[in-house]
Amino acid sequence: MSNYPKPGAKTLLEIYKKATLIKQNDERVIRQIKAGRLVTPYYSTRGQEIIPSAISVNLDDDDYICTIYRGIHDMLAKGFPLKEMWAELAGKASGTCKGKGGPMHLTHPAKGMMVTTGVVGSSMPIANGLGWAAKLDGKGRVSVANFGDGAANIGAFHESVNLAAVWKLPVIFVCQNNLYAEHTTFSDSTRVEKLSTRAAGYGMPGVTIDGNDPDEMYGAAKIAIERARAGEGPTLIEAMTFRFNGHLVGDEGGYIDKDIYSAAEKRDPMPILRNRLILENIASEAELAAIEEAIETELDAAQTAAYEADYPDVIELKRDVFAQEIA
Amino acid sequence: MNEVMKLTTIAAINLALSDAMEADPKVLILGEDVGDKQGGGVMGATKGLSTRFGSDRVATTPISEQAIVGAAIGAAIGGYRPVAEIMLMNFVTIAMDMITNHAAKLRFMSGGQTNVPLVIRTMTGVGFSTGGQHSDYLEAWFAHTPGIKVVAPSNPNDTYGLLRSAIEDDDPVLFIENFPSYWTPGPVTKELVPIGKANVAHEGRDVTIISYSRMLLECLEAARTLAGEGISVEVIDLRTISPWDRETVLKSAKKTGRAMIVHEAVMQFGIGAEIAAVINESLWGQLKAPAMRLGGAFSPVPFSKPLENAFAPTAAVIADAIKIFVKEPSFHGA
Repeated sequence: MSNYPKPGAKTLLEIYKKATLIKQNDERVIRQIKAGRLVTPYYSTRGQEIIPSAISVNLDDDDYICTIYRGIHDMLAKGFPLKEMWAELAGKASGTCKGKGGPMHLTHPAKGMMVTTGVVGSSMPIANGLGWAAKLDGKGRVSVANFGDGAANIGAFHESVNLAAVWKLPVIFVCQNNLYAEHTTFSDSTRVEKLSTRAAGYGMPGVTIDGNDPDEMYGAAKIAIERARAGEGPTLIEAMTFRFNGHLVGDEGGYIDKDIYSAAEKRDPMPILRNRLILENIASEAELAAIEEAIETELDAAQTAAYEADYPDVIELKRDVFAQEIA
Repeated sequence: MNEVMKLTTIAAINLALSDAMEADPKVLILGEDVGDKQGGGVMGATKGLSTRFGSDRVATTPISEQAIVGAAIGAAIGGYRPVAEIMLMNFVTIAMDMITNHAAKLRFMSGGQTNVPLVIRTMTGVGFSTGGQHSDYLEAWFAHTPGIKVVAPSNPNDTYGLLRSAIEDDDPVLFIENFPSYWTPGPVTKELVPIGKANVAHEGRDVTIISYSRMLLECLEAARTLAGEGISVEVIDLRTISPWDRETVLKSAKKTGRAMIVHEAVMQFGIGAEIAAVINESLWGQLKAPAMRLGGAFSPVPFSKPLENAFAPTAAVIADAIKIFVKEPSFHGA
């Protein structure tokens, strides 16, 4: 990994801003659910912030991403508009999906966020199709498929990575390995230590990196994205990480080994990156505090607007089922 | 007015695909064996197309049904109009998640921000001793899913016209072909046939038969037989199963006072149940008898020839059922 391209100071600060938005948004959503203000299933991304932040600084608005129910961090990193997101979380008509999708189906094609799926692994076959479209368009656009370690054992993974390799598609498969598939540990789900070793079986490069390390994540993503843009085909990146809040809000996490949890806490990427920015004189404590406060202000506004907005009219049950209303 | 040609259904499919690709550079084809290197499709439906339009637009895939439909969905939301070939209808079940959770729902779940203008072509049908996993009609599963249209033509002309319409449609369409009747020739005008519009294939006064796909041919034969016995049968070719043409069906059922739905799929919980329910609900008090159904046996499709022959309704079985139906106002089912 030492030969990976590294993010410059400005990029590192950009990664921190995106990751901080993800973290603060996540903490706020959980607070609002626990306060009874939001009623939604929610799959926290606390702990996985660096992965999409370091990927998306390498992406353009028109690059495609597909993600899964634990994917709000992927969406925020790519620039999902906050007001539309919060209205969607609250099921309001002003939500990006008119309140009809919810957090498991966040979509914003204007910035390439094409699909959020509630089905484990189903982001991958569709990301391939977007990659095919991008290849036919010939504009150097790429498609990123996000999924978890659990999804690496579903049929769609194997069919998708194989097809992407055969068709030499500009797709980056990002396995965010947070060590748990629902409540089952990674080691109870697979006999390989690194999922990236599977890439060789499909004829594509595969790497396992520390997804919590912005340098490694940025470098691996940059190489894979440049490779895809150059028409050289797909890459599998296994980004090692940890989820601090279990499978979904309300999960007590009794199945999580206490030693693994406390080790992960010591490696929480957010305070580590914050300290590094100060230590390397990229930003001062005061500057970082100002960034964090500005994000809170933005989130306040998005949350308030969402709560004040109207619910969709029941007529919406008939709309968007087909292009034209039927029956 | 276009020139009328005489084509088989398989030739009509090939022509429709070719004309659609010529008319719109966004039309793509993908599936197993679809390229000319692989023979242009297992039945030859895509023969010549990869040579003419290139293997980027006519793309052969591994045997990976989920990946095929997923790639079609992605290309569709990325601005293309892919036609995915899933060799057999039973194999469509391997891609159920992609079809019912994604293709059918993305428009709604995204609040109309994305749409999935793809066509899934697939073939099925009893008659060639293909047994329990190569012959099923599963259209009810998809007609039960909001967001996907289901089309099943019975002749070469409708096959051409409906396939062109399906490709131009902004919603996902499941296009069901009957492979035992692929090589039956018929006139083709190259005119588009609208999705959602049934066709009165044979006019009559005494009873309305509603059918689609190959069963329509059996119904027409039954109608011709019964005409010689003084029973006037109106045969409606539904053509589109979802959304179905209520107006044409209800108008005919009201006229004759008797309606029977015939399909090759098993009768229980099938398309016939839905249509019969709507006819009975809409025309209560105006019918001479409740609407009834004929369908395949409630069993897997068998291999042995006598069993296969007995599985689905035939012209003779349909004619016998109609004779009883028109005589017995209180007749309540097969």
